[in-house]
Amino acid sequence: MQAHQRMLDPTPDGQHSGKSPLLRTIGLTKRYADFLANDCIDIEIWPREIHALLGENGAGKSTLVKAIYGLIQPSAGEIHWQGERIVLSGPSEARSRGIGMVFQHFSLFDNLTVAENVALGLDGKESFKDMSARLEQVSKTYGLPLDPRREVWQLSVGERQRIEIVRALMQDPKFLILDEPTAVLTPQEADQLFIVLERLKAEGRAILYISHKLEEVKRLCDTATILRGGRKVATCNPRLETAASLARMMVGGEVKEVKGASGRKTTLPRLAVNDLSLAPAEAHGVRLEHISFELKGGEILGIAGVAGNGQDELFAALSGERLSKDPGTVVIEGIAAGHLSITQRRKLGAAFVPEERLGHGTAPRMRLSENALLTGHAAGGMVHRGFIDTAATLRTVDRATETFDVRKAKRDPEAASLSGGNLQKFIVGREILRNPAVLVVSQPTWGVDAGAAAVIRQALLDLATAGAAVLVTSQDLDELAEIADRIAVMFHGKLSAPLSAREASREKLGLLMGGSSLEPKEVAHAAGA
Amino acid sequence: MQLVLEKRAERSGAIALVSPMIAIGLTIVTMVILFAILGKNPLLALHAYFIAPLTDGYSLQEIAVKATPLVMIAIGLSLCYLANAWNIGAEGQFLIGAVAGSWIAVKTQGTDAGAWVLPAMLVLAAAAGALYALIPAICKVKFGASEILTSLMLVYVAELFLDYLVRGPWRDPHGFNFPTTAEFDPVATVPLLIEGGRLHLGSIIALLVVAAAAILLGRSIKGFEIRVVGAAPRAARFGGFNANQLIILTFAVSGALAGLAGIIEVAGPVGHLQPGISPGYGFTAIIVAFLGRLNPLGILIAGLFLALTFIGGEQAQIAMKIPLDVTKVFQGILLFYVLACDSLILYRFKLVFPNRQVAHGAG
Ligand SMILES: Nc1ncnc2c1ncn2[C@@H]1O[C@H](COP(=O)(O)OP(=O)(O)OP(=O)(O)O)[C@@H](O)[C@H]1O
Ligand SMILES: [Mg+2]
Repeated sequence: MQAHQRMLDPTPDGQHSGKSPLLRTIGLTKRYADFLANDCIDIEIWPREIHALLGENGAGKSTLVKAIYGLIQPSAGEIHWQGERIVLSGPSEARSRGIGMVFQHFSLFDNLTVAENVALGLDGKESFKDMSARLEQVSKTYGLPLDPRREVWQLSVGERQRIEIVRALMQDPKFLILDEPTAVLTPQEADQLFIVLERLKAEGRAILYISHKLEEVKRLCDTATILRGGRKVATCNPRLETAASLARMMVGGEVKEVKGASGRKTTLPRLAVNDLSLAPAEAHGVRLEHISFELKGGEILGIAGVAGNGQDELFAALSGERLSKDPGTVVIEGIAAGHLSITQRRKLGAAFVPEERLGHGTAPRMRLSENALLTGHAAGGMVHRGFIDTAATLRTVDRATETFDVRKAKRDPEAASLSGGNLQKFIVGREILRNPAVLVVSQPTWGVDAGAAAVIRQALLDLATAGAAVLVTSQDLDELAEIADRIAVMFHGKLSAPLSAREASREKLGLLMGGSSLEPKEVAHAAGA
Repeated sequence: MQLVLEKRAERSGAIALVSPMIAIGLTIVTMVILFAILGKNPLLALHAYFIAPLTDGYSLQEIAVKATPLVMIAIGLSLCYLANAWNIGAEGQFLIGAVAGSWIAVKTQGTDAGAWVLPAMLVLAAAAGALYALIPAICKVKFGASEILTSLMLVYVAELFLDYLVRGPWRDPHGFNFPTTAEFDPVATVPLLIEGGRLHLGSIIALLVVAAAAILLGRSIKGFEIRVVGAAPRAARFGGFNANQLIILTFAVSGALAGLAGIIEVAGPVGHLQPGISPGYGFTAIIVAFLGRLNPLGILIAGLFLALTFIGGEQAQIAMKIPLDVTKVFQGILLFYVLACDSLILYRFKLVFPNRQVAHGAG
């Protein structure tokens, strides 16, 4: 049997046990061509420690942990594990030594069950049945309930992440790395995760925790290492710092506040949705039911809700990735567009930013200039008589880079080589630079650092001030409170009546997100004709 | 201990170029072993295959003649494969093109029809090849039928149809009952480039096709569409590109090119319609497309290389009595190694020693 409850290290909390740290890097360096993603990084991880790794987008956090996990080979420097120098040939060797990792981007197969997905990620030779039993037992022990027989597409984002965590825990790691685990979680799901992490720590394991959410770092972590531009700039105790002081260390200066100056609203709606109902395209989907709202120019409408309640389906219906039979269900700039393709909608002045940046918002293995062309070919002046104007696509890359401070190793790299947050900045920039009349954006600051999140939110506000209609879907209620004029909640494919930002208290939104109604009258209105 | 394929974190640019070279190298090593088993001197055999054809002008022309259909078909196939549409039936489209073009040649035989005959044959052959390729494409888009199976099965239909025509209605009355049409009139024949030689206008057409494909894929929005649909289908849909339309388009284009290659072969080197006009060009072109990394210039080089194996195979048969089928074996082994080496670009082999010894029953 596995020794999951075993105390790996019995020394009391807060005190470094033994003489040597569990893991230590000395002068760890990773170079991509002329670009130093990690520059001489020294870091020490002790058992029974939750260690935060902080830094702006592109600071080199993911690169550092990938090197520690054996996924990339460092260009220079050493890794010491339990006092002994090691050179990892790959992740399976890291796993066999007791290093586990949960990635920033999930790697699960939608049409396989939970157990099958876990089996694919394990190196062991045990039978599938035993593995399933162990999976159930581990998930129960840690309070991460999972049904091994369910298929992944049926699960919420939080549950999917649970699979990745349980998969890592089944290897009984001494050291667990989590790359931005809470970026996609609801506050409740994040709280559950923290309980698990505290427990892992109490068992004597060490945790390296990457996050852009400084308040949760202060709450959870014992030590914080801060990276800036690939270098380590500080190691500190986050409990003795403020969120502002941590942010200052990350940025090397002050973080800008978002200034909301809601513009004059146009009188006519630029985006209107009229009684939109849509059967799900796939067996996995949510049915949209009688969704109606109007969005005027100069206005930002926020859509809150737990992921998987129809937000993706609504996005597809608005963007034209799915067409409706009735043209009048989606009206863009006064023109019935329900039957128009995404390209035609773009020509009407609409722009879209999907939630998933790799594989949906961008083709991962293509260059940024090609990804600029992906959405810019319709109305961006990048195509002349069927031929691509490469200079124009590069100009878009340069402008997005400049305006949104996209950090990358060279002028026109493959999309997949950008750090998560920087790719997000590029995608948002690519659409905003087209000066859209209507912008529909999902999770605009998913995995983006505080400074860059402020830049993106400010850009959304500026776009609205300039007269555009902006629809923002987000799980982050603070974000919606900061920028939205009105907030509606999505639940089981239905959209609540929008509340004005002032009356949308956390409690009210929380109730709606859980599926309860505020007052019978309002619900009737939302579902109305 | 266990051997696993592990995904590479970073794509190896160098291997992408080296991989076809390694594949060719491994194929040659395998062939040497095979020749030895057949009791032939491997060095002499290799010389006959790869060196001898390059040493005289006649063979060089013959290589270009053989490469012409291979390159034209493979260019079309590469468009399909880039767009994730799997046309395996180019051989059938080649034959149907040959049949359709020959129809004009047969009907105008002995009349004083003018210079319009050959261009009309080329156009009709391309159209027929395209239509024939549209059958599997439309079945795929409308009914979800596997285009791999339907396109492959249509090859046999085309073969039998051609067979029927040259044994029945189109048989040359003065042909001593051989299953063949009469020799085409001069106006229905592809002109030679060198008086008394073998090289014909078709090779120029093939070069134009290569250039057009390079421009299409590198510079045009259609080519971009084809690449995105294959590389990232969901992003392509987000970009507003319709995968089904592209299946139809790429199948039609590749069918047209195969049909064109078919009539050029019949109205050029062969001179009349008969069964066996293709030594498997449509299938060998699949190897050419992959060996050329689905890149127009690569395909041109790969086409010349595989044409060399055809000519070399004939020479080895004449000089050393090595069976002609060994050429097919060679091409099959080559495809195997090309695909295997390609896997190494995305994956690497690893020996894994499990950390836990879990001694449970078998799974
Ligand atoms: N394969 C690669 N080739 C070239 N440059 C790369 C590659 N991988 C990462 N980089 C560069 O290294 C830098 C650090 O990237 P990394 O993913 O470590 O950032 P991060 O700190 O995790 O950021 P985020 O918070 O956005 O996830 C980025 O500027 C990125 O462009
Ligand atoms: Mg990262």
